[in-house]
Amino acid sequence: MRPFTYERATSAEAAARAAALTPGARFIAGGTNLIDLMKLEIETPAHLIDVSRLPMAAIEPTAVGGLRIGAAASNSAVAADATVRARYPVLSEAIVAGGSPQLRNKASVAGNLLQRTRCPYFYDTTKPCNKRRPGAGCAALEGLNRNAAIFGASRACIATHTSDMAVALVALDARVEALSPSGQPRSFPVSELHYLPGDTPHLETELIPGELITAVVLPPPPAGGQTYRKVRDRASYAGGLASVAVAGGQVALGMVAHKPWRASAAEGALAAGASPAEAIARELEGASPLGRNDFKVPLVARLTAAAIDDANGRG
Amino acid sequence: MTSVHDWDVTNPVKTNRTGLIGKAVERYEGPLKVTGTAPYAYEVQPPSPPAYGVMVGAAIAAGRITGADIAAAEASPGVLAVWTHLNVPKQAPRGTKAHPRSSAGSRPALEDERVAYFGQPVAFVIADTLENAVAASHLVKLTYDADAPDVDFLARLDEAGQPPGEQDVEIGDFAAGFAAAAVQVDGTWTTPIQNHCQMEPCASLVWFEGDKCIAHTSVQMVKPAQHGLAETIGIPRDNVHLMTRYIGGGFGGKGQTYDDLTLAALGAKALGRPVKVAFTRQQMMHGTVHRPATVQRVRLGASRDGTLDAMSMMTWTHCHKGGNFTEHASNFCRALYAAPNRLTGHRLVRLDLPAAGAMRAPGEASGTMSLECAMDELAEKLGLDPLELRIRNEPAVDPENGRPFSMRQLVRCLKEGAQLFGWDRRLPTPGQVRDGRWLVGMGMAAAIRGNFLLPAKCSFTVEPDGTIVVRQGMTDIGTGTYTVLAQIAAETLAVPLGQVRVEIGDSELPPAPGSGGQFGAATAGSAALMAGMKLRTAIAELATGDPGSPLHAGAPDEVTFQDGVIAISNRSETLSDLIRRAAPDGLTVEGEVRPAQDAQQWSTQTYGSHFVEVGVDPVTGEVRVRRMLGVFAAGRILNAATARSQLTGGMIWGAASALTEANPVDVRYGSFLNQDLAQYLVPVQADIGEVDAIMLDEVDDKANPMGIKGVGELGNSGAGAAVANAVYNACGVRVRDYPITPDKLLAGLIAQGR
Repeated sequence: MRPFTYERATSAEAAARAAALTPGARFIAGGTNLIDLMKLEIETPAHLIDVSRLPMAAIEPTAVGGLRIGAAASNSAVAADATVRARYPVLSEAIVAGGSPQLRNKASVAGNLLQRTRCPYFYDTTKPCNKRRPGAGCAALEGLNRNAAIFGASRACIATHTSDMAVALVALDARVEALSPSGQPRSFPVSELHYLPGDTPHLETELIPGELITAVVLPPPPAGGQTYRKVRDRASYAGGLASVAVAGGQVALGMVAHKPWRASAAEGALAAGASPAEAIARELEGASPLGRNDFKVPLVARLTAAAIDDANGRG
Repeated sequence: MTSVHDWDVTNPVKTNRTGLIGKAVERYEGPLKVTGTAPYAYEVQPPSPPAYGVMVGAAIAAGRITGADIAAAEASPGVLAVWTHLNVPKQAPRGTKAHPRSSAGSRPALEDERVAYFGQPVAFVIADTLENAVAASHLVKLTYDADAPDVDFLARLDEAGQPPGEQDVEIGDFAAGFAAAAVQVDGTWTTPIQNHCQMEPCASLVWFEGDKCIAHTSVQMVKPAQHGLAETIGIPRDNVHLMTRYIGGGFGGKGQTYDDLTLAALGAKALGRPVKVAFTRQQMMHGTVHRPATVQRVRLGASRDGTLDAMSMMTWTHCHKGGNFTEHASNFCRALYAAPNRLTGHRLVRLDLPAAGAMRAPGEASGTMSLECAMDELAEKLGLDPLELRIRNEPAVDPENGRPFSMRQLVRCLKEGAQLFGWDRRLPTPGQVRDGRWLVGMGMAAAIRGNFLLPAKCSFTVEPDGTIVVRQGMTDIGTGTYTVLAQIAAETLAVPLGQVRVEIGDSELPPAPGSGGQFGAATAGSAALMAGMKLRTAIAELATGDPGSPLHAGAPDEVTFQDGVIAISNRSETLSDLIRRAAPDGLTVEGEVRPAQDAQQWSTQTYGSHFVEVGVDPVTGEVRVRRMLGVFAAGRILNAATARSQLTGGMIWGAASALTEANPVDVRYGSFLNQDLAQYLVPVQADIGEVDAIMLDEVDDKANPMGIKGVGELGNSGAGAAVANAVYNACGVRVRDYPITPDKLLAGLIAQGR
């Protein structure tokens, strides 16, 4: 870990301003991912701006019947929120499928969205990784990549985004609210927060330098049942091999791409009357597995069909 | 000539008058551990502020270091020293012993420019704080001339040779017996590399007091650690005082010391101040030994009635190019089942991977994963209950050497386990039971693990206040050594448990071999019993010979001990009154145990049975353990709580071996894929469901004077196979390539049309 300086932000505006002014600055809230990465010097911030105590943890209804979740709300608080559990159960189920109770108590909503990949080659700094050092190459591409992406990957990066919460948010058509260093607020869909890797896998999100996520906003839930299913090697505290969030006719997949993957082709097929199995098969026509992760194609097919059935049963 | 018959005499452990032996006494050091006040090596308070050492691991698996730029690290804040092979203080050449009877030779750190495995410590930074040392360690720049690493085990099976000094063991004519058998099973199983993942990484704190090196470290065996350090840094053995008082897990991985100890000692010497060094979690994976992968071919040939006619287990495994460690996965089957025609053996491949070494139940843990599944397959082919198949092949004597069993209750373990578990509710046809989305199945397996007694000493002191102090160069790696030694002392001297103090983990105490091979309790405990018996005699003689004692002039062998009071009929006094008056400095004796010379006339093993119920999600291939029950026969149990904890811990490890634990090798780099506990998957609470271990009443009078045997490794033997058999019973898919992860099981489910 490299020496760094630290400040506790006094307001969201001040935090965003400070982040833009200080070279190498990073926000820190729960730190559950950032500090691990700092210990390995994968992240080497010169300055940390602590946003964990800003008044951004409220969970409150919106005028249009949705829910606004403050960026600093803990994962545990969101998962346990009565409104979330009643109206957005897919979100609650997704959150408790991630990490461990200790991590969820500490981790924030924005931090969960911005967690970095769990690709083992990203973590082993003796191996080439285009995320850590652009142009270095990708050790995972020809490596032990059983858990690599099957959608939207590139030769430069086959890593997945491993948030569970984000998959549910994408299925729910949630939006991110962010504040720029110049004090400009903006809002955009969570599905547009993360980039596909392309040739620049080190560029991971839509956020500009210093821009601070202040909230996630859920529209009213879609009609129909909701469910979240995650497949993993271990029953708890394990990254998924694949996951699926279903909210009515809206479907998103996790751990299959560099971002939470909205299954638009499957949704279109469902809307047109296809069976769940037919619908997910349509989505998987676009999958490009690499060999060791071939199993993810039938896994996603079976998991998604079962989850849609399950959600329909709950609707 | 010492004989097991010398142990026939009665003793307080056997008579267990106060009922302390076997009782679920709480852990002696439990309060210290749960309150965080037990000082593990890294947390011991040194006499002056310590400096902090951090190791840097090699980024290649084979080759040479061609350059070391340490200038930036040296200039980094707080840095006190930066070493590579170019400037590390002088150490004795590897393996040398200045003292011919040292139990370990020199193990120099940063030895030379050669890199023998990925992650090998190749540089070392010492700074005033841990943070400064870590920061500087990242500034050490090494350049390498890398060789292509020779690490692809499965690709090199053809090069496998006999382990040194070993031969295949054939009895009868295996080939003919197998060929003629009415029913055959011929399968190949693979088990992966596993890491120990002890909660406490290897760590050391060393300082010097004059010429004397005071070393606190985390190691299972005290004497080799002390001797090895002395040999490495070139000082007399008696000048190393090595302590390992509390150990956060060993599992075989701390059967030796590592460079943390050597470098802390060299640093302390060079800087003249205490130095502490710990492995990081990531460094533990490569920097310490691992359980090597195996390929096991099992062939079973049986008659229609289930009688085994032929049995063969051949194991291929690997070790480091500089080593000879062999995972003897085939050995256990030699004592397990009767079969007239038998062939067993091992083949070893040497690779540029880190050193392979012992891990909990070395041999059995891997080997049962194949044989006990092959038995399940054979039972199915025969249309027999797998339990019945095992009972039909129960030998009357050790089938390999004809020796009588000292005690063998395997069949009772099988039968009682079946009854307690509800085995009769198992449906032999797979895939018939559903619970919600889960397919449910049951599996079972037998367990066996050897029992050992090694030479050990122990001293007992009775202090003037009546406290009995047990002193022994033994270790407690979380297994309960402190507690069972206290129980043995309390029962032997008939004092309350609170009147016993146990001091272990110290090279200046009477030597014991430490913890490993599930020999710890039997070995250390027997020496303690011997010391206790000698102290009883010494106390009796002291009292009867002391004119001031009410027992004066009585017969020493008529002295009775109870509740801290000694008596001859109605004449009595407290131990403390006697010692205060007659031996004001305390009374100390030393006891000793050695293996009986005729012990080899018996086949002495521990046994058990495992019963497991799993759920398989037929959609995803996920497996979750619902219930595990083990029934074990392992001699007299000293402490029901710590023994049960050992057994269930082993069972859970077995479940992990079947389902999650593995460290794949990236053959391009010669490194393991999983380098932390988020990636290397040991079970969490949610993985296991119910787990219980039952211990049968047993006394094995051929094992040692107390009739106890080991339980530390037995639980791990067979548990994984029972899980795999339950998976098959649940869904009809057999996966022979461990662990049984969802991707592998899914392929089988799809092939079945599920």
